[in-house]
Amino acid sequence: MTPTEMTILSKADLLPDGDVSEAAMSRANIIGMSQAAEGAVLRPKDFGAFEHDLRAALAARVARLAADDTLAAHYLSSAGDKAILADPAETGKSYQLETVLAFVDKVANQTRDIDAEDVAQLQASGMADADIVRLCELVAFLAYQVRVIAGLRLMQGSAA
Amino acid sequence: MNQIIHKFTRNVPHWQPRVEPVKLAEATQEQLDALQVTPSNTKVSEYVLTLAHDVESLTVRTPLFNAIMYDPGGMSRAERELGALGASLVNRCIYCAAVHADRHAKLKKDTAITDQLFAYGDEAKLSPRDQAIFDFSRKSAEAPPAAGPEDMEALRKAGLSNEEILDLILSSALFGWANRLMHVLGDPVRQKGNS
Repeated sequence: MTPTEMTILSKADLLPDGDVSEAAMSRANIIGMSQAAEGAVLRPKDFGAFEHDLRAALAARVARLAADDTLAAHYLSSAGDKAILADPAETGKSYQLETVLAFVDKVANQTRDIDAEDVAQLQASGMADADIVRLCELVAFLAYQVRVIAGLRLMQGSAA
Repeated sequence: MNQIIHKFTRNVPHWQPRVEPVKLAEATQEQLDALQVTPSNTKVSEYVLTLAHDVESLTVRTPLFNAIMYDPGGMSRAERELGALGASLVNRCIYCAAVHADRHAKLKKDTAITDQLFAYGDEAKLSPRDQAIFDFSRKSAEAPPAAGPEDMEALRKAGLSNEEILDLILSSALFGWANRLMHVLGDPVRQKGNS
């Protein structure tokens, strides 16, 4: 894969030949594995209760909750008619995804307040344990990706 | 009845899943491969068995985690642990904080820094270099991320190279991921009969 195909590098808008790109290339294995992880959570073969377009919409939602509209746009293009769910004001009621969206929002932005009851509510709504794990992985990966991109942008901004 | 731990500690608790982990006897070949189960290695933690529900993610994250925390070059191992701790304190992941405070203390052969962090949190007073690292990590872990140009400037003033700063960004962000698994999918507990 080329740097432009690596979400972390392309969305951080790094100068191709700058010092920050050079540092990133010293960890090319990590950048590459991060891209593989994006594939694993956005487009898994075994997608369980969350089809690829829904995953893309949820990823865009988490990116928006992190105030990263550039990354949100990257995912929104794959969300199809689920794109409405990426709007943080959308409750998901008409899609019967209220519990899912409430959980996504809380894991993404009020992580410290999550408790056993939040997981129990998903179970009570009929969600399989495997799908709860899949949902956590998606949100958790986005939390990582958002922060790597934010950090690289800061590095780029301060580079001489 | 296991007692749930609510306070930060270096005494690593047991992690008790809130969902049913994959049963080894029922695991698919792909899950067994990801778990690296062999006839001579059948001991797998409940945490890994829980994550085996999403085997594609588990398979890619394990080598990524190891590369970010342990690959040679760049930032020292202890400082990467400090990056992991900054995020884990913000997200109140008691389990992650315990594991990585314990590792930090062992790498430094000193508990002073993690004592300070657990006692004072955001107000902890550290050496200028550790302070810059901890402050960047914890602010990055806020949601939305709250680290700013002044935090990056503090890292550069403290003498961190670009490679070290990248490793800090990665280790803090990685725990944004790990905390959202450990803190969400299970409870840190002290098992009855154990100290």
